[in-house]
Amino acid sequence: MSAPLTASAGTAAIARPVTGFWRRALRHRSFVLGSVLSLFVLGAALLSLVWTPWSAYDIDVASKLHPPSASHWLGTDVLGRDIVSLLLVGARSTIMVGVIAVGIGLSFGVGLGLVAAARKGWTEELIMRMSDFTFAFPAVLSAIMLAAVAGPGMVTSITAIGIFQIPTFVRVTRGSANAIWAREFVLAARAAGKGSFRITIEHVLPNILSILIVQATIQFALAILAEAALSYLGLGTQPPQPSWGRMLNDAQTLLFQSPMLAVYPGAAIAIAVLGLNLLGDGLRDLLDPRLARER
Amino acid sequence: MSVFFLRRILTLVATLVAASLIIFLVLDALPGNAAQMLMGADASPDAVHALTVKLGLDQPLTVRYLLWIRGMAVGDLGNSYVYGTPVAGLIAERLVLTIPLAIMSMLITVVLALAAGIYTAANHNKLGDVGVMSLTQIGIALPNFWFAILLILLFSVKLQLLSAGGFAGWDDGIWPGIRSLLLPAISLAVVQAAILARVTRSAVLEVLREDFVRTARAKGLGKREVLWRHVLRNAMIPVMTVMGLQFANLLAGTIVIENVFYLPGLGRLIFQSIANRDLIVVRNCVMLLAAMVVIVNFVVDVLYAFIDPRIKVANL
Repeated sequence: MSAPLTASAGTAAIARPVTGFWRRALRHRSFVLGSVLSLFVLGAALLSLVWTPWSAYDIDVASKLHPPSASHWLGTDVLGRDIVSLLLVGARSTIMVGVIAVGIGLSFGVGLGLVAAARKGWTEELIMRMSDFTFAFPAVLSAIMLAAVAGPGMVTSITAIGIFQIPTFVRVTRGSANAIWAREFVLAARAAGKGSFRITIEHVLPNILSILIVQATIQFALAILAEAALSYLGLGTQPPQPSWGRMLNDAQTLLFQSPMLAVYPGAAIAIAVLGLNLLGDGLRDLLDPRLARER
Repeated sequence: MSVFFLRRILTLVATLVAASLIIFLVLDALPGNAAQMLMGADASPDAVHALTVKLGLDQPLTVRYLLWIRGMAVGDLGNSYVYGTPVAGLIAERLVLTIPLAIMSMLITVVLALAAGIYTAANHNKLGDVGVMSLTQIGIALPNFWFAILLILLFSVKLQLLSAGGFAGWDDGIWPGIRSLLLPAISLAVVQAAILARVTRSAVLEVLREDFVRTARAKGLGKREVLWRHVLRNAMIPVMTVMGLQFANLLAGTIVIENVFYLPGLGRLIFQSIANRDLIVVRNCVMLLAAMVVIVNFVVDVLYAFIDPRIKVANL
């Protein structure tokens, strides 16, 4: 990695690679497509904070299951709620769960991974065994346990997804941090008298940041899939709060009457996940050309 | 028995014990009194106490934990709090659906993924490669339960070829059962196959760049022969790792997919039991699923050593 290692490098030196980054980025097909799709979903979530065509919470059974029209662009559901409004607010729930769950995975996972790489020995062994172990509990399984004890809900799904995110971040962090620890500049820093904490913060973390950003993007996509599945099962986001998974569950009972109701929310999930995956792939190519060649 | 296997088996046992401890703590110790939960807040203290004794919940935690472990060893998982019938029987009834479903979808996954992965690697950067890889990119983004609903829309609602749900059982022979598991298995498999195909492709491409491939070609072996005889065997290690990891996803997936197709499998049992607050059933089901994941990953680890003897030496 040729990026400047210390914060003392001049801003001009940093500014040049950034413009180079954007020039390359705009020519990268999956990065552009991924960004457009991700921003589209993010935009929908932000828009729902200030405006939705109709209220996503008001029930109007008289106008239930309307086909698409000028006033209800994608029609209404069985309770007469506007589909577009439900999709917009659903984007917000999805992104919120995803951000918090990835946040949990990122903070615990990166922390533990950095400690494992810095301390080595039995600390590393213990952390790695523990993270292997956590892999035996997919998010659905932990969500089931939590829901059986504490009841279903957003907190249950966030916790379950967050826990399942931790081991991936531990592995990625520890793997790439170990590679940095083996570099000469870390040896130099040690010779200069820096402790392992300072080396971790000043040298290791900045150098693995791009890998972590890529991983976080992909984990975000996985979190959205998990959130949708949990809400679909009734373990996650609870009504009346709209969520894409819940909408699919509602739509399933009406497959013969209104098949399209089962198409929109799933398409929304797929667009969000596809966007984030493409964005992650693009970022990987752009931030670390060496990784791109290995694939 | 070499040191390698001994170490792996010790890790396996330790992992299973840790899993059982966590599951026991979360689903037995943490909720407090299961009898109270079953009878509701306004049950009389005497009745709650009687039920507590009847369910054996008056014994200390350690005793209950050890009894559970001993029960698992001899196949006696206790009785359901709600139905009063043995938990082992309830689970066994459901496994005749869940295990065939998992095996069917794993088979479909492997066939699809290897075919797509080898095809794309052999046609690297050609039109077919780009096309199939774009398809896998979309496949990865599909939630499997939504794909399942789309399949129902197509095959049950539009074409009316297959039923939208339910399980025919194995009593009328094997075909009705397989037929009712076909759509669920496909919807589980497609998404996993998309991931595995990408892994297979990059693993094969990686091996194709190795020196021994050039040597094999130089000694006169055909392209096809090198691919099947030398490349695939070496490319199998990363592919199997991902397959092992996918198995966990697959089991989690069956829980979701069983709900889509109203299949009376393990997943449905878990959800009924959560609704009924039948924690002893939930506990044993979760333990079973976790154990299956751990054991499959153990088997994958051991298989590595057979495929690639270098690993055994490195891990000593």
